[in-house]
Amino acid sequence: MFNANKPFSMHLNPDAFRPATEAEKEYISQMRPSSTFFKDGCKRLMKNKVATASLIIIIVVTLSSILLPLFWPYSYDAMLGVRPGKPADSSFNNLQPFTYGKTELKRIAAGEKVFPHIFGTDSHGRDYFIRVVYGTRISLAVGFFASIIVLIIGMTIGSIAGYFGGKVDIIIMRIVDMIYSLPDMLVIILLSVVLGRTLNVEGTIFAKIGSNVISMFIVFGLLYWVSMARLIRGQILSLREQEYVLSAQATGASGSWIIKKHLLPNCISVIIISTALQIPNAIFTESFLSFLGLGVNAPMPSLGSLASDALNGITSYTYRLVIPAVVICLIVLSLNLFGDGLRDAFDPKLNA
Amino acid sequence: MPENKTLLEVRNLKQYFDINMGFFRSKPLKAVDDVSFSIRKGETLGLVGESGCGKTTVGRSILHLYTPTGGQVIYDGQEIKSRESLREFRRKATMVFQDPYSSLNPRMTVSDIVAEPLDVHKLYKTKKEREDRVLELMGYVGLNSEHASRYAHEFSGGQRQRIGIARALAVNPEFIVCDEPVSALDVSIQAQVINMFDDLQDKLGLTYLFIAHDLLVVRHISDRIAVMYLGKMVELADAEEIYKHPLHPYSQSLLSAVPMPDPKTARANKRIVLTGDIPSPLNAPSGCPFRTRCRFATPACAESMPAFEEVSKDHFVACHRVKEIN
Ligand SMILES: Nc1ncnc2c1ncn2[C@@H]1O[C@H](COP(=O)(O)OP(=O)(O)O)[C@@H](O)[C@H]1O
Ligand code: SF4
Ligand SMILES: [Mg+2]
Repeated sequence: MFNANKPFSMHLNPDAFRPATEAEKEYISQMRPSSTFFKDGCKRLMKNKVATASLIIIIVVTLSSILLPLFWPYSYDAMLGVRPGKPADSSFNNLQPFTYGKTELKRIAAGEKVFPHIFGTDSHGRDYFIRVVYGTRISLAVGFFASIIVLIIGMTIGSIAGYFGGKVDIIIMRIVDMIYSLPDMLVIILLSVVLGRTLNVEGTIFAKIGSNVISMFIVFGLLYWVSMARLIRGQILSLREQEYVLSAQATGASGSWIIKKHLLPNCISVIIISTALQIPNAIFTESFLSFLGLGVNAPMPSLGSLASDALNGITSYTYRLVIPAVVICLIVLSLNLFGDGLRDAFDPKLNA
Repeated sequence: MPENKTLLEVRNLKQYFDINMGFFRSKPLKAVDDVSFSIRKGETLGLVGESGCGKTTVGRSILHLYTPTGGQVIYDGQEIKSRESLREFRRKATMVFQDPYSSLNPRMTVSDIVAEPLDVHKLYKTKKEREDRVLELMGYVGLNSEHASRYAHEFSGGQRQRIGIARALAVNPEFIVCDEPVSALDVSIQAQVINMFDDLQDKLGLTYLFIAHDLLVVRHISDRIAVMYLGKMVELADAEEIYKHPLHPYSQSLLSAVPMPDPKTARANKRIVLTGDIPSPLNAPSGCPFRTRCRFATPACAESMPAFEEVSKDHFVACHRVKEIN
């Protein structure tokens, strides 16, 4: 930089500078690797230990509720004491954990291996462990599908109200307010009773789970979409003012195009989070209704109906109430914690 | 080069917004009130005025992003009214937005942003065709293929505005509304982007409505310049004419604020400082909208709105006293 001709000059000598080579330019202008919002969110989620642990619990519980019944030697509705052509063997009823019925004891004495009843059996002699697993499966399925129903209805109606605004919005939001103000548990119970009586599902694929569960889905579909619709409407209402929406309109894009391509993708995190938080809500309601006897049809178990049945022998077989209750708590708690983690990771703004 | 054929004609365009005043009362905000002009094919019409005077609203009403309250937009001899004419119109007329940050969807990649107009109008048959077109468009604005799969937030303001321009060019438009396309950019980048608009015009034969609040910016690119004040057009003339002989008191004050490169003219041209703020369009003054800040206002100015008249050849002014002042 020093210029020998003008030692005291502050001017820089232009000869001291040379143009950067192509390789140097390349080095400087390199962009950092593309990172999407989704990847960033996943990274944040993985750092959250509570949420990760909850996710693992959810996965383990879900997988075992799906896979265990496939190779478990007992089925949820087989009364072990009842065998064709023989009088019922009451020794199988109300077995304590890891104890066996008479015939099983004989087989063990003969050197055969008998699969243990980990949680014992219930008052009809059915293996209680597999019933809990089955009940978990039903509860999870109900929670999951109910949330999907809520999501679809709420998303459609909410985005229509938010995007079109005006009279459409006013009418939809008044209906939402009306549904909101109904005492939901009362309506659920009334609807379940009425629908349970009037729905005829005999001979359809729904016959196994029973009309009560169908009516439960209907109830969820009718009642619980409102909060989802409100949430999405609010999001869309604010996103609608963004200039990129105007820009899409300027290209001639239709309303449904704009909702699909611009508005919903920009509130996808809110949608996922509130759906995740909706699942435990639905599971809880299902358990509650089943507990009241408005849930799944016997002999199909659900966690709620298992707890309800356990009330009969509550003093001698307390664990039969505790086990499904603990499973409900575990599922609801870990889903809630996971949903919170999702929210922190993907939508820090929402974190009030 | 501007041809002699009129491409776009705007007649008595009005855009009122209903403003809610509470208790179920509402008041019309006259964002654009009775504006008429026409643009020839290949021409650039500069539209200037203070912020809030309704420039953006003019541009958006022309493209029917807001349904005009009144008036007509005639494009290529056809009035834009029915759904079909609007759909057709939107393949020929596009827009570059002021804010390069909020006008690009943060969840879309650059290639999806640029290709959206093609998707909407189904202007390609194969994926390859779409990709080639996107790369061609990005080439027009000086972006390269490496940028295509990235998200808009990874770019600087100038690059984002280039993305917006590539998107506006996607449908091969004839007419582009450029809404203050450089005002959000660094001064050092403004010139680049404006030169790009100029080159694109030559290459693709485009016609521009070029909005700016800065006279210096439009002077370079415009063939004619229109000056707006409070929702009304107050002066319209050739760019050179308006620089040399601004006739409306408002244009004169705007021009006096522009730094002149030549010190002689700068000294001769005393700065006219406007007193007071621009009134709210919700309660605009009666008569001439500029009278609250005009040096030459007389009581007569409060009585009626001056007509927008041709004072000399192709030079339109809306002022009662234009003859006496100049
Ligand atoms: N969608 C709208 N609703 C209500 N008022 C609006 C709307 N758009 C613009 N305005 C009002 O219209 C006037 C003109 O705005 P605009 O056209 O954006 O001005 P400019 O682009 O010249 O700065 C402003 O007073 C603004 O508040
Ligand atoms: S009409 Fe009157 S108030 Fe309006 S610009 Fe002319 S002199 Fe000024
Ligand atoms: Mg503007």
